Amino acid sequence: MHYSFDFMSVFVNWPRLLEGAWLTVQLSALAIVLGFVLGTLCALADKSKIWLLRALVKTYVEIIRNTPLLVQVFLVYFGLASIGLKLSAEFSAVIALTVNVGAYTSEIMRAGINSIHPGQIEAAECLGMSRFHVYWHVVLLPAVERVYPSLTSQFILLMLASSITSQISAEELTATANLVQSETFRSFEVYVVIALAYLALSFLFRAAFWMIGKASFVRKRKLGTNL
Amino acid sequence: MIAFSFLHVEYLLQAALWTVILSLVAFVGGGSLGFVIALGRVSPSPTLRRLSSAYIQVVQGIPLLVVLFITYFGLAIAGFSLSPLVAAGMSFAVYCAAFLGEIWRGCIEAVPKTQWEASACLGFNRFEQLQKVILPQAFKIAIPSTVGFMVQIVKNTSLASVIGFLDLSRAGQIINNSTFQPFTVFGCVALIYFCICYPLSALSKHYERKLHVSNR
Repeated sequence: MHYSFDFMSVFVNWPRLLEGAWLTVQLSALAIVLGFVLGTLCALADKSKIWLLRALVKTYVEIIRNTPLLVQVFLVYFGLASIGLKLSAEFSAVIALTVNVGAYTSEIMRAGINSIHPGQIEAAECLGMSRFHVYWHVVLLPAVERVYPSLTSQFILLMLASSITSQISAEELTATANLVQSETFRSFEVYVVIALAYLALSFLFRAAFWMIGKASFVRKRKLGTNL
Repeated sequence: MIAFSFLHVEYLLQAALWTVILSLVAFVGGGSLGFVIALGRVSPSPTLRRLSSAYIQVVQGIPLLVVLFITYFGLAIAGFSLSPLVAAGMSFAVYCAAFLGEIWRGCIEAVPKTQWEASACLGFNRFEQLQKVILPQAFKIAIPSTVGFMVQIVKNTSLASVIGFLDLSRAGQIINNSTFQPFTVFGCVALIYFCICYPLSALSKHYERKLHVSNR
């Protein structure tokens, strides 16, 4: 083996790689927030009395969970463009990632909502709470608190999966790495560096979710017990 | 412009066969390595435990796409020129091992501790304990989640298209480039993936329900 490693040619491109990493963070954060809202709404719709709504949610979840993200990304980017809806790569990436993570979040949230004892809801109704208040304080918040660890793992997987959007040339971390690679021909070095960058990002996301959890679950923080 | 025809569907189905083959390679390779990792995670030696947990932490923190690139380009500069199937198979084995290792660790730990103690009382050594008492029980618990993870493997093999492996997604891209009918082509591709994955998902759900009945 006659190969001398040259990490310098990668590091001189650090401003671009940093920009790519920042876009990865933005894409993921946006998709996580939107996907969480979408998933929660779907989980609530799954509990509704309307048959059609339940069937729609079930179909959506099954389709997304049984097809690869790459194909979903292609369908959004190339498919929508072919019917005249030309979206930027970044915008398509956010849509595809949101739709994808929404389906998984809906399954997780469904489990969380199912874990709420019916007695809790009845008790809240007896206290004269409105339907909205019951859903917000008694069903949703405790449900999120219970499934928070699963949500965290799912969202970190999404952040890593956002690398797939490099295939439609959204200029995030992996796409930037591909560019640097094709300019410097230092493929191995580039990908080792961004592997470490992703590792650092996943630790950052984990820390961020831990802090968000600490800030939002007041009861848990004060009492230190699980629900 | 060429219209999308049955010839294309046939091409897609042929490529789907490669998706299935790669999934099997990934499952067998990842399963064998993952089994070792799972045993390392529950080993009495702290060094082994730390090593296997570090492996899981690192691999689960890197996107599969990057793992693929590192294997494909890294092994090339080490002097091995690998076919995409071998490179993809190796990356998937590395990737799946981390996830299967963690899933199976959970299953081994789900076997009650008293089973370990009881088999120790019978004079079994650690190997016999695992082989005769713990693993057969852990196996039963592991079936639903393992089948569920197979769905993930099948979906993730779509990424192998990036390093030039001619799987279902790559075939879809090629056809799309000549027909310019992305909705039809990728819709077809998605449908074929769905036909592979949905039975697995349903099977996983079925096993899970069965397991919960016996646990009630």
